[in-house]
Amino acid sequence: MTTAVPDEKGVEALVAQEPVAATAKRALSSPWASLTAIIIAVVWTLPTFGLLVTSFRPEGDIKTSGWWSAFITSTPWKNWTLANYDQVLNGSDTNLSTYFINSIIITVPSVLIPISIAVMAAYAFAWMKFPGRDFLFVAVFALQIVPIQVTMIPLLKLYVNQGFAGSEAPGGGFYTIWLSHSIFALPLAIYLLHNFMSQIPGELIESARVDGAAHVQIFTRIMLPLMAPAIAAFGIFQFLWVWNDLLVALVFGGGSLEVSPLTVRLAELSGTRGNDWFLLSAGAFVSLIVPLIVFLSLQRYFVRGLLAGSVKG
Amino acid sequence: MRSRKTRRGMAVTAALVSAGLVLAGCGGSDDDKGSGEASGKSPGEGKAECAQLTQFGDLSGKDVTVYTSIVAPEDKPHIDSWKVFEDCTGADVKYEGSKEFETQLQVRVQSGNPPDIAYIPQPGLLQTLVGTGKVVEAPDTVAANVDKWFGEDWRSYGSVDGKLYAAPLGANVKSFVWYSPKMFADNGWEIPTTWDDMLALSDTIAATGIKPWCAGIESGEATGWPATDWLEDVLLRSVGPDVYDQWVAHEIPFNDPKVVESLDNVGAILKNDKYVNGGIGDVSSIATTAFQDGGLPILEGKCAMHRQASFYAANWDEGTDVSENGQVFAFYLPPMGDEFGSPVLGGGEFVAAFSDAPEVQAFQTYLSSDQWANEKAKATPNGGWVSANTGLDIANLASPVDKLSGEILQNPDAVFRFDGSDMMPGEVGAGSFWKEMTNWITGESTQDALDNIEASWP
Amino acid sequence: MSTGEKFIQMLIAIAVFFAVVAIILLLTQRLRSRRGELIQSAAFILPAIILIGVGLLYPAVTTIYQSFFDRTGDAAVGFDNYKTIFTDSDQLLVLRNTAAWVLLVPILSTFIGLVYAVLVDRSRFEKVAKALIFLPMAISLVGASIIWKFVYDYRDSSNTQIGIANAILKGLGFDTYKFILNDPWNTVFLIIVMIWVQAGFAMTILSASIKAIPDDIIEAATLDGVGGLKMFRYITVPSIRPSLIVVLTTISITTLKAFDIVRTMTGGNFDTSVLAYQFYREYFNSANQGLATAIASLIFLLVMPIVIYNVRQMRKLEAR
Repeated sequence: MTTAVPDEKGVEALVAQEPVAATAKRALSSPWASLTAIIIAVVWTLPTFGLLVTSFRPEGDIKTSGWWSAFITSTPWKNWTLANYDQVLNGSDTNLSTYFINSIIITVPSVLIPISIAVMAAYAFAWMKFPGRDFLFVAVFALQIVPIQVTMIPLLKLYVNQGFAGSEAPGGGFYTIWLSHSIFALPLAIYLLHNFMSQIPGELIESARVDGAAHVQIFTRIMLPLMAPAIAAFGIFQFLWVWNDLLVALVFGGGSLEVSPLTVRLAELSGTRGNDWFLLSAGAFVSLIVPLIVFLSLQRYFVRGLLAGSVKG
Repeated sequence: MRSRKTRRGMAVTAALVSAGLVLAGCGGSDDDKGSGEASGKSPGEGKAECAQLTQFGDLSGKDVTVYTSIVAPEDKPHIDSWKVFEDCTGADVKYEGSKEFETQLQVRVQSGNPPDIAYIPQPGLLQTLVGTGKVVEAPDTVAANVDKWFGEDWRSYGSVDGKLYAAPLGANVKSFVWYSPKMFADNGWEIPTTWDDMLALSDTIAATGIKPWCAGIESGEATGWPATDWLEDVLLRSVGPDVYDQWVAHEIPFNDPKVVESLDNVGAILKNDKYVNGGIGDVSSIATTAFQDGGLPILEGKCAMHRQASFYAANWDEGTDVSENGQVFAFYLPPMGDEFGSPVLGGGEFVAAFSDAPEVQAFQTYLSSDQWANEKAKATPNGGWVSANTGLDIANLASPVDKLSGEILQNPDAVFRFDGSDMMPGEVGAGSFWKEMTNWITGESTQDALDNIEASWP
Repeated sequence: MSTGEKFIQMLIAIAVFFAVVAIILLLTQRLRSRRGELIQSAAFILPAIILIGVGLLYPAVTTIYQSFFDRTGDAAVGFDNYKTIFTDSDQLLVLRNTAAWVLLVPILSTFIGLVYAVLVDRSRFEKVAKALIFLPMAISLVGASIIWKFVYDYRDSSNTQIGIANAILKGLGFDTYKFILNDPWNTVFLIIVMIWVQAGFAMTILSASIKAIPDDIIEAATLDGVGGLKMFRYITVPSIRPSLIVVLTTISITTLKAFDIVRTMTGGNFDTSVLAYQFYREYFNSANQGLATAIASLIFLLVMPIVIYNVRQMRKLEAR
């Protein structure tokens, strides 16, 4: 159940449509449009940029002057330091790489499993007929509202009773983290993927049915490739949520350092009483690297004309 | 259908992969373990430093899990201080600290997955936990240690309904005013020894154009707590420890006229535009200034005094000289008269156990001893830790502020009282008290603020 | 556990999972009868239904049940907790704030995300431009809270500023402003933080959706001389309407249960509390289970209009 890379045809279709695309581009763009885009981008990035600058400033400066003053002093580069990063990377007894590896171990199954389950469920809700379909779908999607906080105690009790939690848990607590992340991701995943699924033209499914294809074939041969952009989009978000999650790991991980993700280390960076909060600036960027790589690399699935091309073809 | 299969599959796989772990891991929380029964020869037998621990027998291969709110880098001195225990008993102590401790501990306890030991920073939380029936009463060895090394008051903070559940661990002193010795010397200001002197000094400083006081009470969801400490400190000084105890226990109403008067006394400083908020802004800026930043204007010479606990020492920039003649130091918040001696407001942690296994009891015993207090002091080379344990040798403490705190805690004339908000029910101590003090700073009247807190008492 | 063992565990878990999925697909793919189709459907949805039932529905039902009990869950109190919610004088403010959040955050973040997605679509810098708006989503909450501290921080005009918003005000010759303190605008400033985070979500989903608009539609419109704003209004927006609804719905629900921003930035003080934060506070700080679960149940109830709207949209779509 791997997501398919856009096939050659899709890429060709894209190239062939380039002139059209260019026309559309010209039609849309105007100086005002560019200006708007630039303003939004600047407003959105400026606060983060401030944090980036802060992460290279010494503690005393951070607390007494604004980050922009790092540029307007007479010797702008003199006061910049890597001390905060040094503290983040080497400040703990436990090697930071342990946390990094735990984060990866936690995240990969917690993304793959719910997406797989959700893609199947979304397909069934969109294109299969069974009694109670609409009701079930609405129920699933409405359950997005349940906050993780109210599930903690009932779910953890369940795990404890099944022998899944605690320091003697199988897998040291990874299984309960994977399972919990999967559960919490499902309603939104199903809802989002269902939206994309149901937009796929019905004729496509019908003609495949007429040709004698069963649901399983339609699902694996037609749907999955078509859904690549949607799966990539949701995959990015699920990756982010899991990567940045602290609560689920704390509650369901059984609290052992063996399974603690990077966020656990980040949360304690500021010290017991928050005295070292300025270290969080560097910590935020250390933990940002991986999500950013994932976002940039998954963007190649957002290819125009994938859907349109296949309808034509 | 598939899910169940999957899970069974997972369980099978997990069992295969981690069979070794499961076998090696020995549950510290098993209830059927005989309590306090010694078995086998202790590895520490015959060693002087292990005298108190050999009675628990050979604990090799046993684990004790500890859960606290103390995170890196303050966790390392704790872990280091347990070496003697581990060497003497053979048991292994597993540490976990989290800043979400208060909520997570309750979740774990309620779900039946508690740690063996938890360091509880508030007597109020201890009461709540004891109420769940999951906390195990302290064994006799611990009770004996507490009686020997701690005052009656400290024992009572770790007790619920007269039964000792948790021995005191660390402590902090809140009745401090941070100042700059250099700034005071340069201007010829003297450290005040009475409340009136302090107000007079404030006027003197204000006349020079410097705002004498700075403060910050912002602390995320705990916003307001530094202001509750102010009120408690002043109340303790003006009405004495007995009335203070009645107030904490809600035997007198929260908005008793004496309390109103005390809060007005706090207001004479904190809500006085001539006095605050040096280097930051007007009175209401106190509410939005992070407590960590509240005293920093002292270093810039924009503010002279900042009332905050001993642990504020960690907030100064690393290169700052924190000592009696250095850039910053603290003086004892002066009393308001001779009637009640030298009242001291403070806080601390307590060791609660959720298991009565021998290794857990042995560890509790160790933590309540003078031996541990001194080990801990030696394991904390950078300072930032002190205990009310009278067996603690002050000379072992590292930093000048810790030494000063240790002296205050061990001073027989000192009247120590625990931070009242930590002992009140959660909806007051961690709720309306914080919230209303914040409202009070931003303009609510003293009477209204106290009336609202009184109304919220469950 | 060594690193190698962890990876082996992970690979085994993934392998077992996909093996089970593959077996199910293989077993059910030959079924052609009507009953077979039913079994197929069950194979597709049951894993999700079971997990959601155990992990979300069961706790939700427990929550509603507990809301009729007292603080420790021992004695039934009927509707008392709900009465408390609606008789508390502060509660009107909380409801006002919640309404502001649930209206402003979805609409503004979706609008900004949509406009931005359209503007940068097919531009040369598209990938980088999208990454910039996406950044806030990727930054952990602890990072975000510090980012905004450096925006909203207040010092009076005579002092050195640390917050950039007040530095700009001061630079322009205005007095500095207490962004976090001054009701009711402080709620708006907190909402801006949430919009800042959520716009990246809207942008990503809507961008994927825009790219799925068949090119022949755009081609035809272009030939008809449609362009610029008209293209946006009459072609783009209607084509991605289902995705717009999905994004609006998702952000609304996220906003309804979001409490982290309020928790870290004001702690609910200065009249900025929202229902979700009230729930959190009662549950964990005050340990008042009854009242906390009643507030949670009220949040469940507030999601109903969103659900009903979605159902009606689905009906419309099917009718077409």
